[in-house]
Amino acid sequence: MAFVEIDHVSKHFPLREGEAGKRRTAETFCVFQHVSLRIEEGEFLTLVGHSGCGKSTLLNILAGFETASEGGMVLDGREVREPGLDRMVVFQNFALMPWLSAFDNVRVAVKAAYPKWDSAQVDGHTRKYLSMMNLLDAANKKPAFLSGGMRQRVGLARAFAVQPKVLLLDEPFAQIDALTRGTIQEELMKMWDATGTTVFMVTHDVDEAILLSDRIALMTTGPPARVAECLEVTIPRPRWRETIIDLPHYTQLRNEVLRFLMRAS
Amino acid sequence: MSLRDATTAFLMQQQRVAGAEEAGPRPPRSRLSIASQGPPWLLSVALLGCFLLGWHLLTVQPAFDQTGLTQDQLLMLEFNGDIVRTEGGTYISNPDKIQGIPGPLVLISKAFEELSAPFHKKGTNDHGVGHLVIYTVTRFAAGFLSASLLAVGLGLLIGLSRPLYQALNPFIQVLKPISPLAWMPLLLYSVQDPTWTAILVVFMASLWPTVANTAFGVSAIRKEYIQVARLLQLSLTRRLLMVILPAAAPTIIAGLRISFGSALVAVVPAEMLLGELGLGYLTWIEWNNLDISGVMFAILIVGLMGIVLDSGFNRLARLVTYTE
Repeated sequence: MAFVEIDHVSKHFPLREGEAGKRRTAETFCVFQHVSLRIEEGEFLTLVGHSGCGKSTLLNILAGFETASEGGMVLDGREVREPGLDRMVVFQNFALMPWLSAFDNVRVAVKAAYPKWDSAQVDGHTRKYLSMMNLLDAANKKPAFLSGGMRQRVGLARAFAVQPKVLLLDEPFAQIDALTRGTIQEELMKMWDATGTTVFMVTHDVDEAILLSDRIALMTTGPPARVAECLEVTIPRPRWRETIIDLPHYTQLRNEVLRFLMRAS
Repeated sequence: MSLRDATTAFLMQQQRVAGAEEAGPRPPRSRLSIASQGPPWLLSVALLGCFLLGWHLLTVQPAFDQTGLTQDQLLMLEFNGDIVRTEGGTYISNPDKIQGIPGPLVLISKAFEELSAPFHKKGTNDHGVGHLVIYTVTRFAAGFLSASLLAVGLGLLIGLSRPLYQALNPFIQVLKPISPLAWMPLLLYSVQDPTWTAILVVFMASLWPTVANTAFGVSAIRKEYIQVARLLQLSLTRRLLMVILPAAAPTIIAGLRISFGSALVAVVPAEMLLGELGLGYLTWIEWNNLDISGVMFAILIVGLMGIVLDSGFNRLARLVTYTE
């Protein structure tokens, strides 16, 4: 059994209440059907698809925020039912607590993950992960006074500091400007390299998917959507944004994914 | 946990409004040359000067004119205290008896007289204005603080539990529009004590806005904060203290601010009606004495007390608000 096993998962949402009466209709709307994915330990898997195909819903089920209508997910031999410290989510809109400084945002997570540590240990661990994301200078600032890129660095530091079994990235760079995005992607790769965490990412940015992933799963638009195929990214690491775009394999992969997305729409 | 996403946008808008309030109202740039030159306080001072001058001119006591009055009529007026005889044998208006509305000079001399001995105590009912302010503030604080504690707790419960909200909402809707003063006869009858009645009237006045705002603020917390709390497996207490209360703090503060105002409005008439020593009592007792300058002085002190309490409240509020 793979480290993360997503087994024939479907999600139905109830349809909106009928126009004629207030009574709820029994009909449901199927977002995606029979999605199966396996992620090996230490692997970086990216799910690519159009907006609204249910990518984020799938990620939320793995995070434990939502439940699957059919099928199930297993992480390291245990069924996923509710959120837990073995999975950390990096949110598209950062989800930092605006009343806490960058340091405290990470510290809260460290304290929750290691309740037995004394405060010196917690502080040291927090500082270590902040420095890994080059955040020590901004540690005492509130999120409102940080740029989007800096905020997501805090989000990543918070997620990595908990040392989860799986890191779930929900379009983590969608709200960051293109230039900063590249830098943070490289920082993410370094962190991933250093920690060996298993990563499941959801995105609709093809270049981002190729740069970061070991494998790319392609999701059809639906409804109901399904995972059509998985592409292996064989570009050797470490990868650099500047150099990989010249590789023939890169162009070929990129065209393949784009063609799939165009066909799927 | 039920979350109303649709209200989140409204909450954010409200927070922005609260934030703007925090920064102080920014006056629109005026093209009037007098308004755009010099600091704004200069205009305030000028307006105050105009007001005082106008007030003074409108309330100048007319000089007494004795032509056409018989000796008997003059004696009657002197007996009534309307006029006094000068050493020269002519009559002038009695400077101690004011016709109509007293002017600013009378008010100033009244204020000077009252404030020269603010902490005097002559008998049971004649306490200096300093004591009266302390009585009123104590009464206000007791009612407001106890109501706020209860209201935040109740609002938290209602905001976190949709069924509880639906069950309690009809009662709240009925109780909310009742004027706090309308409770007074019932409260006075039940607790049989005017001091407690006054505190309970303030309590009733400051309960509902905080309950409503806390419930709204808690139920409209951004989904991601709750999700982070769930990921981190925070216990209920930690979730409340570390996530829910700080996230809802700006909305709770907005509710407390409304409660604060309505409590301040309720405390004065409560004291008037109950005859409890305080600023409301001062207003009423000066009216009973037909000392209109005393009434004005009491009103002025109520206003000043409001400003001081409000600025203290704002200082506290600034500690817990955050920028999104």
